[in-house]
Amino acid sequence: MTGLAGLAPLAVVLPFLGAALTFVLIRHPRAQRTVSIGLLTATLLLEVLLLAAVWNSGAVAVRLGGWLPPAGIVMVVDQFSSLMLVVSSTVSLAVLVYATGQGAADGDREGPISIFHPTYLILVAGVSNAFLSGDLFNLYVGFEILLTASYVLMTLGGTGARIRAGVTYVVVSVVSSLLFLIAIAVIYAATGTINMADLAGKLADLDPGIQTLLHLMLLVAFGIKAAVFPLSFWLPDSYPTAPAPVTAVFAGLLTKVGVYALVRTETLLFPGEHLNNLLMVIALLTMIVGILGALAQADIKRMLSFTLVSHIGYMVFGLALSSVVGLGATVFYVAHHITIQTSLFMVTGLIERRGGTASVDRLGGLAKLSPLLGTLYFLPAMNLAGIPPFSGFLGKLGLLQAGVALGTPLAYVLVVGGVVASLLTLLAMARVWNRAFWRKPEDAERPDPLLLTGAGTGSTADVGARSGSRAVSRAARRSPRTVAARRPGTTAAADRGSTRLLPGMMVGSTLALVVYGLALTVFAGPLFQLSDSAAQEMLDRTAYISAVLNGAGVSK
Amino acid sequence: MAANLTLLTVMGVLYACGIYLLLERSLTRVLLGLMMLANATNILLLATGGYAGLAPLFIKGVAVEAYNDPLPQALILTSIVISFAVTAFMLGLIYRSWLLSRADEVQIDPEDRRVAQQDIYDVEEDSVIAPDTSEFPAETGTSRKKTRAGGRP
Repeated sequence: MTGLAGLAPLAVVLPFLGAALTFVLIRHPRAQRTVSIGLLTATLLLEVLLLAAVWNSGAVAVRLGGWLPPAGIVMVVDQFSSLMLVVSSTVSLAVLVYATGQGAADGDREGPISIFHPTYLILVAGVSNAFLSGDLFNLYVGFEILLTASYVLMTLGGTGARIRAGVTYVVVSVVSSLLFLIAIAVIYAATGTINMADLAGKLADLDPGIQTLLHLMLLVAFGIKAAVFPLSFWLPDSYPTAPAPVTAVFAGLLTKVGVYALVRTETLLFPGEHLNNLLMVIALLTMIVGILGALAQADIKRMLSFTLVSHIGYMVFGLALSSVVGLGATVFYVAHHITIQTSLFMVTGLIERRGGTASVDRLGGLAKLSPLLGTLYFLPAMNLAGIPPFSGFLGKLGLLQAGVALGTPLAYVLVVGGVVASLLTLLAMARVWNRAFWRKPEDAERPDPLLLTGAGTGSTADVGARSGSRAVSRAARRSPRTVAARRPGTTAAADRGSTRLLPGMMVGSTLALVVYGLALTVFAGPLFQLSDSAAQEMLDRTAYISAVLNGAGVSK
Repeated sequence: MAANLTLLTVMGVLYACGIYLLLERSLTRVLLGLMMLANATNILLLATGGYAGLAPLFIKGVAVEAYNDPLPQALILTSIVISFAVTAFMLGLIYRSWLLSRADEVQIDPEDRRVAQQDIYDVEEDSVIAPDTSEFPAETGTSRKKTRAGGRP
């Protein structure tokens, strides 16, 4: 089985290969789509195999180029990292299909969508590299790969709003990366190594004051990336302006890479409980401040960005408990939250297409216009809020149990804070539901013509109103078939118009991800088992360290 | 390991200037600040290697301590490449921002201002609902409906 885990570097190499190929095929959109979706599927299959290989056996280290650690770079596959790989690739595959559907529907043949595929695959490669890295500097490089790709995706098209948000995002990300690099330099000066397994032994010998300094520097650097409360203000400002698929994948993956790095810092590099109280206070503030911010928003994307910040608090909560139950719940919660948050952003992209806007003040009557859209929003929304049968409830329950098990006053405060944040999430979700889906479109403020006429019969007026929508008019200009179909003004034309509004590929990929989110609920038992054993292994540390240093793994 | 005081002083000055520039509102100055911070960090990395020694090419009979530590230099190379790419991208962003709005400044987020200015009172959520909102006609119908209507304050 270790032979299989030796294929781990392919999880980084395959997306890079895809990026190169799609860049070459930039004038051939169809081939580009096939290559990127095909290679990402192959990556996902590979990662499923990796997960199966380490499910029972524990950590395996792959030495790149055959150099021995601590001098050489290692990639470490353990249960946590392979679980993260599988979940992140599933989500990125769904978003890729969604984005392809959007590009096909809007007919953006010459638009910047052609640069989307290579950049997106580089982003995926960076995420995989960060998850697999067993070396602090390689982790930094992974972060930089994914961040540089994200800068391009964030400002895709270069409109005014995106440039404005992009500037903030780039500056904040660069500063956090510099902090991380400074921390690496100081760690190297103090210990003479940047191999994480080697550091696990050597950091403990340092002076406690220096240990705290290094620990805090890493926490701040990763805290910015993970959007933990006092360092989270860049996120709701920058995410909502990006294109819908980009926001979806950012919300799902990028902050979780930061959380992953935080988990590794807390378990592998600085185990013990020095800063646990600080982390608990931060977790509480993140949960409460984030969700209060969400309640004030009218734009669904901004509201979701604030709930994203709030729910990062839950993950930090479980991490700060540093118990097997708490850490296991965090691992489970990360897997759940990546899926759910991404699917909510994808649904919001669909709402924006169907309703013409993402502002709840101007939306209404969507439940009648498109019951499918209603279902697609309702299931992940309830899941995020933690309504019983869903995985969000199970994850939160695990966290609350771990908090009660710890039993300190601060832990009880956190438990109460977690319940309150969960209820407020439900309130925020229900407000969107009531306004966008449930009220009459006439009650909305300046509703889009799409909403008012869509409920009527498919007449010429219907199609004429639709052509007011940016997406459709662009599609109509580009695609002669749609124009030809519009001319007779029949019901068939209206049908075609509605498939342009909600393209099958976009709805299909969203549906697939929502179903995948439900599957996390159905298979919560084995998943909890896996995350608990991953947590156990991370708290023990010995499997990871011996896999890297004593060569329990394979060389390549 | 001995530290080089000159390097550390230069690093400190670069950090100070970089942070000062980063806090400016003009994007060009922010970019210059970021470049200074990146270079200061590179010098910090260089300083972790101690004083310069022999080039790290293996020669028989030379003690290990006589060689320079190659790792920090490899790290600096990587970090220079990364900061180069980011600087180029930032320049592109600034130029685009200048083209679009003739502004070389960090712009205000309009949606953020709108949310900050909105009234605490929300017509749809906070208005007092009239007590009689039952859709059942109170005076007609069966006794069951009557008791329900009567039960309301």
